[in-house]
Amino acid sequence: METGTWKVKTGLAQMLKGGVIMDVVNAEQAKIAQEAGACAVMALERVPADIRAAGGVARMADPTIIEAIMETVSIPVMAKCRIGHFVESQVLEALGVDFIDESEVLTPADETHHIWKHDFKVPFVCGCRDLGEALRRIREGAAMIRTKGEAGSGNIVEAVRHMRAVMGSIRKLVDTSQEELMTQAKEMGAPFELVAEIHTTGKLPVVNFAAGGVATPADAALMMQLGADGVFVGSGIFKSSNPEVRAKAIVKATTHFQDPKIIAEVSKNLGEAMPGLDIKQIPTEELLASRGW
Amino acid sequence: MKIGVLASQGAFAEHIAALQQLGVETLPVRLLEELTGLDGLIIPGGESTSISSLMLGYNLMDEIRSLAKNGLPMFGTCAGMILLAKRVSDLSVEPIGVMEITVKRNAFGRQKDSFEAKLPIPVLGEKPFPGIFIRAPLIEHGNSGVEILARLADGTSVAARQEKLLASAFHPELTNDLRLHQYFLDIVAGRQ
Repeated sequence: METGTWKVKTGLAQMLKGGVIMDVVNAEQAKIAQEAGACAVMALERVPADIRAAGGVARMADPTIIEAIMETVSIPVMAKCRIGHFVESQVLEALGVDFIDESEVLTPADETHHIWKHDFKVPFVCGCRDLGEALRRIREGAAMIRTKGEAGSGNIVEAVRHMRAVMGSIRKLVDTSQEELMTQAKEMGAPFELVAEIHTTGKLPVVNFAAGGVATPADAALMMQLGADGVFVGSGIFKSSNPEVRAKAIVKATTHFQDPKIIAEVSKNLGEAMPGLDIKQIPTEELLASRGW
Repeated sequence: MKIGVLASQGAFAEHIAALQQLGVETLPVRLLEELTGLDGLIIPGGESTSISSLMLGYNLMDEIRSLAKNGLPMFGTCAGMILLAKRVSDLSVEPIGVMEITVKRNAFGRQKDSFEAKLPIPVLGEKPFPGIFIRAPLIEHGNSGVEILARLADGTSVAARQEKLLASAFHPELTNDLRLHQYFLDIVAGRQ
């Protein structure tokens, strides 16, 4: 019996596909998420919209919160550590969380280096804005990728930009001739062997979720139609006026993403969505997506 | 032969790919009307609570239960096995409940305890099967009429068959070994 293998790490991500991973800040919210059909929860001290509002340094959540959530639900529990903060990730692994998100939503601990994730038995998910960034994270050991989007904004535009960038580059690589692959790898700053693999397979070697700005069932279905394997919803659920109903609606829209009639049906009477931000009005230094490389 | 794969949530695409490699027509199933005209149904791995609530939300649960009772062959892997079981410990969801087995969820622990193990499965021949166990369940007990097909080295039951119903705690769809899928197709075709 062998634990912590690449196969069981990427395999857990495969089990999450077609599902919705919801940010929760306490056991009660975790229960609501599970009952709504979430395939996993992300245990946090504050949702991104509140992190954004609070300012200052955002760190790994208090282990008490994470443990309370792990005791309450039977679905996988994820938690975030700061970019490059490999001791926070050691702590999260020791707590027994099922997945670690090395996340730009928290204040980076290292502006140059990400965590070498192969050192861990617990799988990691990392954010990306384009294919090069995705492949760098995968080579460091990320068993799952997500778009960065712009967390806590309630605005889907950045997630769309990042998903289109990833999927568009994959399509381009498939059509690239063999002798051009090294140049592509150089230009993307991506490991050659992964570039060559995508040229052959036409897909990422790990599961790719959408994240950062999903606020409505239609947002979730949009990301799925653009090629996401599933969806993270951060502030979008518990910052809306009726979390239970909205959570269920987003779960259904993610499964039935190709069925506009169902998306229409579940979009009715959801109450207020979370307040959204125009990305252009967020000061550049406050953009979360530009954290990490 | 047409095999449906329940596509509410989870690793359904992997099952579809395995079946296509075996040359079988497949259909992802999300809605009630997609259950008609099938020769067999696969219930994939994923989150059993999530799959169950999506099945209930679109009235699939009762229909799948009645199809199983009427002899439609079904194969459940991991979460799929949980949903096929009649008795599940620690379950916050409603199972389909058609196999006479008692299943324990997350039986080996959390993700850090997920593992790979080479499994002897006598009905598939001598070569061990690559068992991938992810937050996997186990079979605590099988009533009469249930044949245990695979055990771990310590004797834990991890795959079972009851007439045309097949269940595994592990994920054959994450491997390149198609023997368990072929075994299921043989059940569907009446060769097993």
